[in-house]
This record gives sequence, C-alpha cells and structure tokens, in this order.
Amino acid sequence: MAELNPYIPFLSEITEVIKHTEIEYTFRMTYTGDVKPGQFFEVSLPKFGEAPISVSGIGDGTVDLTIRKVGKVTDEIFENYVGDTLFLRGPYGNGFDIENYKGKEILLVAGGTGLSPVKGIVDYFSAHPDDCKSFTLLVGFKSPKDMLFKKDFEEWEKNIKVVLTVDYPDDDYSGNCGLVTHYIPELLVKDLKEAVGIVVGPPVMMKCVISDLLAKGFFEENLWISQERKMCCGIGKCGHCKIDDTYICLDGPVFNYTKGKFLKD
Amino acid sequence: MGYQTTAAKMNTIFADLSKDYLIYAPKRYVGDGTFVHIDTIRYGEITDLSEIEFAEKSNYSFKEVLLPISETLFYFTENEMKEADAPKKGAIVFLRSCDLHGLKRMDTIYLENGAVDTYYKRLRDNTKFILMGCESSFENCFCVSMGTQTSDDYDAYLKVTGETVLVDSHWDALDAALAGATPASVIPDSVTANETVVTIPETVPQTLFDDPFWEDYGNRCIACGRCNFVCPTCTCFTMQDIFYTDNGKAGERRRVWASCHIDGYTDMAGGHAFRNDKGQRMRFKVLHKVNDYKRRFGTHMCIGCGRCDDVCPEYISFANCINKLNTLVNDTAKEEN
Ligand SMILES: Cc1cc2nc3c(=O)[nH]c(=O)nc-3n(C[C@H](O)[C@H](O)[C@H](O)COP(=O)(O)OP(=O)(O)OC[C@H]3O[C@@H](n4cnc5c(N)ncnc54)[C@H](O)[C@@H]3O)c2cc1C
Ligand code: SF4
Ligand code: SF4
Ligand code: FES
Repeated sequence: MAELNPYIPFLSEITEVIKHTEIEYTFRMTYTGDVKPGQFFEVSLPKFGEAPISVSGIGDGTVDLTIRKVGKVTDEIFENYVGDTLFLRGPYGNGFDIENYKGKEILLVAGGTGLSPVKGIVDYFSAHPDDCKSFTLLVGFKSPKDMLFKKDFEEWEKNIKVVLTVDYPDDDYSGNCGLVTHYIPELLVKDLKEAVGIVVGPPVMMKCVISDLLAKGFFEENLWISQERKMCCGIGKCGHCKIDDTYICLDGPVFNYTKGKFLKD
Repeated sequence: MGYQTTAAKMNTIFADLSKDYLIYAPKRYVGDGTFVHIDTIRYGEITDLSEIEFAEKSNYSFKEVLLPISETLFYFTENEMKEADAPKKGAIVFLRSCDLHGLKRMDTIYLENGAVDTYYKRLRDNTKFILMGCESSFENCFCVSMGTQTSDDYDAYLKVTGETVLVDSHWDALDAALAGATPASVIPDSVTANETVVTIPETVPQTLFDDPFWEDYGNRCIACGRCNFVCPTCTCFTMQDIFYTDNGKAGERRRVWASCHIDGYTDMAGGHAFRNDKGQRMRFKVLHKVNDYKRRFGTHMCIGCGRCDDVCPEYISFANCINKLNTLVNDTAKEEN
C-alpha cells in the first residue's frame, strides 16, 4: 500500500478536559505533526459518525479541540470521553498563516465559538507581542454564561488589548455589553493601508463586522475570514462543502476577503 | 491491434478472463423502469456477450462499478479499525465514449482533488474499459456539443454484429488471446451530430445566481435526486455508520451516494442550511456541470449523456436549461452595454 488510507482515523489520547460552559469543553489531544490555527480535524467516532472541529490551541505534542455539544457525535463525545481517547483524522484545510500578520497592526474580531479557530493566533501574539505592531482582540459572547477560555483571557489581557462584550448581561456582570460592531468605531488604527482584520463568527456577524471594517477604511486584501460548511470527508471528495469552484475543506476554511467575498452558496 | 473474430471466440476469451475479472455491462431489466411498464437498462455482471444491451443507452451509468451506491470503508470495534478488503477480482466494464470521458471526471475528483482516494484507486487500477460504439445518437444525447463523442482511451473496442465481432485492442492480454484472429482495421463507431445541441455560456455572472430564471425549476423540481444518481459525473457521498445489533460495539462505516438536489445536503448542526430553494439547487448543479468545474479543472464536468433528461420525472431538461441560461447570459450582457 503506497498511500495511507485517508479515511481511517487514528487514536489520540485526551490529556486534559477544560470545561468552559455546560456544553463547551476543550479536549486537549495528543498530536505530533504540523498543524496551524484554523485547520480542523475530523473527530471520528465509530457508530456515531464524524464532526469537523477546529484546532483551538497548539501545544507541545498536543492540539486543543473546543467542542460544542449539539448533536449525535458531539453528545457522544461529552458523554463518553471518560474513555480517554478519541479517533481523529486530519489536520485538514489551509489554516491561518501567522506570517501574514507579523509586523502589522492586528484587529481580531470573533463571535462566540468563532474564537476557537483563531485562538492559536491570539496565543501566538500574546506570547510574542513584539512580533506585531499591535494586537487588539474584540470578542463577543451571547451572555456571561457563554464565555469560553476565561483563563486564557486573564493571560491575554497582560500582553494584548482585549475588548470583551456580551449581548445579554446578567446581574453579576459588569463589563462591556452589546454587539461587537458597537466597539469598532472607537478602535484606533494608525495605518489603514497595513492594518490586518481577522473576522470569524456566525455568518451574520461576519458580514456586519466586515462591512464596518471596510467602512472604517480597512483594505479588502488585509481582511481574513474563516467559513464553516457541511463536511463529510475533509479531503475534497464528498462534495458537500463546495461553493462555486471552491472546496472549503481544501482551499479554506480560511480565506482572504478578496476571494471570500465571492463565495456564494 | 484490430481483429475480426466470432462471438463464440470472444465468449471463450471472456470466460477465461472471468477468472481474474468480473465483467460488467449494461443489461436490460424488464419492467423495472422509472415509469410503469418500462424496462430499465443498468449495469450488471455478464458472462456472455448476448446479455449486453448494445442497441439502447443505459439509464444508469457504469459509475457504480468504481463508486458503489453503498461502499464499506472499514469495520470497527471500539478500539480498532480494519480497512474493508478490496474485491478479489478486477473488473471489465463495457461503456460508451461519453462515459469514458466521465471516467476522467471521476479520476479528477478521486485521484487529484486533495488526497488520493484509497477505495476508488484500488478499484480503478484493476479495471479495464471496453468501448461500445454509437452508430447513431440516442435521444437527449449532446456528446458532440461536449466534445465527448469519440475516445481513444479504451483498453478495447468491441462491435458485435450477429456472430461477427470486430475488436480493437489496446490490451496486451487481449492481443495475446486474439493471436491468430484475422487482422482488421477497426475504427470505433461514433456519431458526428446529435439532435440536441447545447451552447454553454462562457461565463455566468454571479448576479444571475438568484435571477428569477431559476424559480421555474424551484417550482417543478421535487428534489428526488434521480438526475444525480444516473449521472456518470456526479460523485458526492455521505458517510454512514452502521452497527451490528447482536454486538453493539462492532460495526462499519460506509459511504453512500449523495445528491445536491435532495434535502439535507448542506445541513449543519443548529439547523443551518444553504440553498433551501430547489431552484437554487438546480443552479448549483447546472453551474457545477458546465461552469465552475471547468474553472477549477479545465474541462466541463458534464459529458452530454442526457441521462438526467431521460430520467427526470418532472420532465426538467438540463440541456434546455443550459441553452436558456446562455440566452439569459447574452441578454443580460446586451442590457448592460
Ligand atoms: C471547518 C469546521 C470547523 C468547525 N469547528 C468546530 C469547533 O471548533 N467546535 C465545534 O463545536 N464545532 C465546530 N464545527 C461544527 C461541528 O462540526 C458540528 O457542530 C458537528 O459536526 C455537529 O455534529 P453532531 O453529530 O454532534 O451534530 P448533529 O446535528 O447531530 O449532526 C448530525 C450529522 O450532521 C452532520 N453535520 C452537522 N453539522 C455538520 C458540519 N458543520 N459539518 C459536517 N457535517 C455536519 C454530520 O454528519 C453529523 O453526524 C466546525 C465545522 C466546520 C465545518
Ligand atoms: S449532467 Fe446530465 S447530461 Fe451531463 S453527464 Fe450528468 S447525466 Fe449526463
Ligand atoms: S431535476 Fe428532476 S430528477 Fe433532478 S431532483 Fe429535480 S425532479 Fe428529480
Ligand atoms: S468536506 Fe468533502 S469535499 Fe470538502
């Protein structure tokens, strides 16, 4: 057998489980090999099926998968992860290339679980703040209960500018409220020709944020997005993720906006 | 090499080859069609040339030989995966010129677009293709418009006229078996014109994606997916896990044919879906066949076999759609000037 069978998953050990909310946990999985933020693995559970999950963190011999419990496969992961292992295949997709952002003013806008695929970028620049001119993280969650990566925020706030907001505050909450778009006008950008915007979240959120950033004067070629579509293979075969001549699983999920704006389902 | 031989001789050769190959060809299944009391012609195993339906177009294509309707990828227990065995024998497939071009489209997706597909490759590598000629065009064919009416890319060409068989072989094993047969100059029958002619617009601007043009299809299409299933160039699938009830821990993962016309094709968790409108699904399919596939891979995906038009229970014509779309594209361009 010359080529490896790309459909057969491998076993990966769960080294740690970080619980963010009732339905969102990060599973730290053993993995050695090249991997980039924004790439994804197919979590592949015999009997239940597969779910594409973004890499939400990259460690020494590990990758983080932050999983939201929403259905057949993900329910099973939450209920039975005590098994200590998960089957994975991947990583797939292009992912974000940190090199594209080095030396620039970076504005990263994420909505909810959209933070997962870009978290590796935040981690990197939080650890290497000198590698960019400035880094602003603008994140919105539905409510304080939905916040992910609380521990990481504490760390990030030491090194980069963080603006955190929630749509629906509760009684104990004292921070920013409202949609992320509310906070875009007040962000100062020194050099719009160079400034990079990275935007990931639900489709409507991405649309609004992109339009605000363009209005603010960001250049299309400096904006980056990540797309989610149904995926059954992750390797350009099953067809489900295709939009026009683009396979999201192969050519994406990360797109420069000059290309991303033409993706019409 | 070209040869003239007899059906009896060919049948002995095939009997011999059947030690190593399963032989697939279009066969007539009586009273089994889409419409009541109509036969269906689809692929099945044969042992004798007389079983092959040469006179009519097959309703289904050969693709199921390389991409079974449901294919087991691997067997699993809780902690182990075992790749499903490949068939012990190779395959010999009888097919027409357009379908041979269809094979290239399948190759492109399964061997070139991303990782090599293990399951496709292992079948493909052990399959021989035998061309069946076309003396005249069938209904709804538009191979000439698509440039697929001839192909040299066969392992053999076979023409059966009563007891006489003409063979053009590109296959050493067959040449060896036919040593001693009368040499002949054999050129595959092919058509030079079809009644159906399509003109494909060079580019389809994105502004036409949600043109009212597609609404008519939205109203008529019942999302049955038959057009996809008969199409030799439709290659999509969905994964399916099956487990054996007598042992809840063991089971298998399969892939099964999927259709971009059928509900659920784009469904994601949380109820997100794209192209809920059936007209938009038609647009997605049509532009994949004659627009975006070419932009990505250099040739049109559609090979002009007309099977989608033959099968549609709502009498939706893909060929008409292309022509009407071409008119729409031209009219829109004129308006803009
Ligand atoms: C590139 C990419 C990255 C993603 N990253 C994350 C992440 O980091 N964290 C996270 O929680 N979720 C992520 N998702 C979404 C996640 O894949 C779905 O929530 C998950 O597939 C749901 O599976 P389920 O069986 O639990 O849900 P169900 O709703 O029960 O799904 C049933 C079936 O629908 C199909 N299905 C549903 N949604 C999808 C989908 N998006 N893609 C393919 N098939 C689907 C599957 O075949 C699944 O078995 C990502 C999706 C994509 C495409
Ligand atoms: S789209 Fe229709 S005519 Fe074209 S290859 Fe498929 S079935 Fe044949
Ligand atoms: S176009 Fe015709 S064959 Fe295809 S899904 Fe619609 S009704 Fe079925
Ligand atoms: S996920 Fe199957 S083709 Fe992209």
